[in-house]
Amino acid sequence: MSGNTLADHLAIPYPNIGMAIVEKQPETSAPSATPLTAVLHDWLTTVDHKKIGIMYILMALLFLVLAGVQALIMRCQLWWAGNDIVGPDTFNQMFTMHGTTMVFFAGMPILAGIANYVVPLQLGARDMAFPRLNALGLWATLLGGLLTYFSFIAGSPPAIGWFAYAPLTQRNFNMGPGVDYWILGLLVTGIGSVTGAINLVVTVVCLRAPGMYLRRLPLYTWMAFWANLQILAVLPPLTAALIMLLFDRTFGTHFFKPDSGGSAYLWQHLFWFFGHPEVYVLILPAFGMISEIIPVFSRKVIFGYEFVALSTVAIAFIAFGVWAHHMFTVGMPRALDMYFSAASLLIAIPTGVKIFNWLATMWGGKLWLASPMLFVVGFMSMFVLGGLTGIMLAVAPIDFQVSDTYFVVGHFHWVLIGGTLFGVFAALHFWYPKATGRMLNERLARWQFWLLLIGFFLTFGPMHISGMLGMPRRIFTYPADRGWEFWNQLSTIGALIQAPSYLIFVWNVLWSLKHGDIAGDDPWNAWTLEWATTSPPPSYNFETIPTVQSRRPLWDQKHPEDPDWKHEE
Amino acid sequence: MKSLRRVTGLLLLLLALASPLRAAENLSIFDPVSPSGSAIRHVFVLVLAITGGIFVLVEGILIYSLVMFRRRGTPDGTEPPQVYGSLPIEIAWTVGPALVVFVLVLIMIRTELEVQVDPNRPPPGSRPLYVTVKGHQWWWEYIYERNDGKKLELITANELHVPASDAKTPRPVYLTLLSVDVCHSFWVPRLAGKTDLIPGRTNHMWFQTDQPGTYLGQCAEYCGTQHANMLLRVIVDTPAAFERWLADEMKDAVDNPAVRKQRDVFLAQSCVNCHRIRGTPAKGTFGPDLTHLMSRETLASGMVPNTRANLRQWIRDPQKIKPGCLMPDMKLSENEVDQVLDYLLTLR
Repeated sequence: MSGNTLADHLAIPYPNIGMAIVEKQPETSAPSATPLTAVLHDWLTTVDHKKIGIMYILMALLFLVLAGVQALIMRCQLWWAGNDIVGPDTFNQMFTMHGTTMVFFAGMPILAGIANYVVPLQLGARDMAFPRLNALGLWATLLGGLLTYFSFIAGSPPAIGWFAYAPLTQRNFNMGPGVDYWILGLLVTGIGSVTGAINLVVTVVCLRAPGMYLRRLPLYTWMAFWANLQILAVLPPLTAALIMLLFDRTFGTHFFKPDSGGSAYLWQHLFWFFGHPEVYVLILPAFGMISEIIPVFSRKVIFGYEFVALSTVAIAFIAFGVWAHHMFTVGMPRALDMYFSAASLLIAIPTGVKIFNWLATMWGGKLWLASPMLFVVGFMSMFVLGGLTGIMLAVAPIDFQVSDTYFVVGHFHWVLIGGTLFGVFAALHFWYPKATGRMLNERLARWQFWLLLIGFFLTFGPMHISGMLGMPRRIFTYPADRGWEFWNQLSTIGALIQAPSYLIFVWNVLWSLKHGDIAGDDPWNAWTLEWATTSPPPSYNFETIPTVQSRRPLWDQKHPEDPDWKHEE
Repeated sequence: MKSLRRVTGLLLLLLALASPLRAAENLSIFDPVSPSGSAIRHVFVLVLAITGGIFVLVEGILIYSLVMFRRRGTPDGTEPPQVYGSLPIEIAWTVGPALVVFVLVLIMIRTELEVQVDPNRPPPGSRPLYVTVKGHQWWWEYIYERNDGKKLELITANELHVPASDAKTPRPVYLTLLSVDVCHSFWVPRLAGKTDLIPGRTNHMWFQTDQPGTYLGQCAEYCGTQHANMLLRVIVDTPAAFERWLADEMKDAVDNPAVRKQRDVFLAQSCVNCHRIRGTPAKGTFGPDLTHLMSRETLASGMVPNTRANLRQWIRDPQKIKPGCLMPDMKLSENEVDQVLDYLLTLR
């Protein structure tokens, strides 16, 4: 078959593959005999997509905990009106670092990590297209994070918000080096994100197993592919804006200085041209995870594969034309308000199509509520709410009131925690057995799920109300007579309920590594290629590159009497 | 429309019930006193109702599926029927949401036209007031440009007085929004939606109300250290009271011979580099105008009541009240503080 030779042709030139096969032998035969330095050396120099993926995820979890601590500090400060646990500057630094960390050093890396681990396996590939570039991506991302956090040591962290609106970022308003470290950190992380995205896109285009046409791609891989195309499109504008800002601060240029002919308004456009598609960079992969897990745990093929897949493309394209819905209060002309409002509302259509298809997949299935599916159900119920408040925010006049209030804080946490984070936890519970050969503990997973769900609901639900009662974002304190205290206290209690759920997850990951049930190759009786190899997979992934005939190659294998390809013609 | 009103009523009832909530001050966007605020509440409630319906539908199907299709016991090895999709169903749930979106777009356009109006075309028969608002880190400067066609050029700070409309004469207030430093946002929820003050740009907003009273709000765009304490007070006076306030405010500062010595202490300090007191050599523009300081209810942009004790503390060391604010501790001696205080207290 010509497909075979193509795959072989593409697979052979990579020097690591031959070496990986040789290296693999001592690893399995006597792992305990390997000294720690050798293990460390192996991990630090690896170009294996699975190890890189795992390190991405560990890095993201570390930063997730840091950002979580910052969130708790903010929540404690807002417990009472006029509280002074931390001063205004510290509070402002906390929300800047929290937002920056969550987006760049927790959210994107954890998605990059899961994609790194899973995509080549789902494609039936031996590694990513450019393994060394892959390692560069990881270390650049980590270096960017460390650079940004170095601002704590170098003076003080930036207090500019993750959106860094000009001209507050100029040297006359922020003299310390915090902003410079923030810029440099994001620039370096950007190198990681862009190289990672190039790598993933090329991998999907070039390294598919024979027979895996684009229309047969697993939905997770498909959506990760589109999210990475978006990274390629919007990270460069951010990088350009960051360099302009760096020049303003360092060399005295005037891009964002209104008093000498620059434009503060320009920064907002540049930032949100990146910033809004970024939301889809964070949510599309989660949509993919959900689209992968629901069928397996409903025991049904995904309903309307083509529509789920095409709605992703629609979202990815519309996402480029809606950025200024973050700017409805900047005094745009009415026509622009209306355009951006209508375009943003359009996104509801493909998103609705996805949700209906997921529901239809569950309909008539045999729902197995193991931990991954539990998080999917959490996603389904919570993300819908975030999406619906998104519809409210897409209507420009409503924005005039609730923009820049706690209503917005509630909304986007509902999307990013209710959506992305629940999706990520579903994925981590789903693929952990593949990566480690052990199952996560179900009891701990259930504790984590319920604490997270209840805590999450209690943290971000009341924020919608305090926002509607007039509470703006990013305030370190508020007057007592406003009636916001009660809602803030509910939020803080919610945050305190959420916090242990993350610790339970970390504990579960560590405990199950040694004590979890043996997983076997295919613990969920699933259908995509990653379940066709061992758990954990060898460094070369597959002994022979599989050939696929449908979207669910393992279904075809398990049900030769009724294979999928008959239905996909 | 009737059902809409019922939904509105229900929502307001719920908000009212949830009242540990019953705070001294009301800043709720669901309690507007202006036409644009009401228009936004109207559209918000409508969208809430629509999205609420979608929510119930989706969560209902989800919960029904979880109850009905949950696998109980151990798997028997058989798989349920595999349904690959259905074109008619897909078309239905693409067209359905598309129709909803179409309706939402129409509603949005209608409200947008109602809320965003041209400040140069006040409704016929109205007596508009034009005020320029300048955002400063972290206080508000108001320049009264024109009232009912009369030029004013009156500068004041932090508390915005405007006239209420009466049954016959609308008194729309048109704000021109500027910033001297970083981005700010003018937001008094019960009067109108917010609009940003962006350096290098000129923005506009408007409101109008027939209900006298004090309406609170605050800066809604992060603007640095004391963003949280850049509070807003809009005092809506009856038309007669407003004219009185305006007439007082237009006068130069009171020149009370009893405190002339104290005034000279004030004028000898560097206070005058930043503050203006009309009728004196104090002509600074960096800080709030103090000509009628004592006509204001609060200090430090709405942070504390304008009492003798608070004012004294502020003169002694403003950093105690508002850490990070741009007025430094002037290191006045206790005696100087008292003298400056005595003078300022006469500025009614």
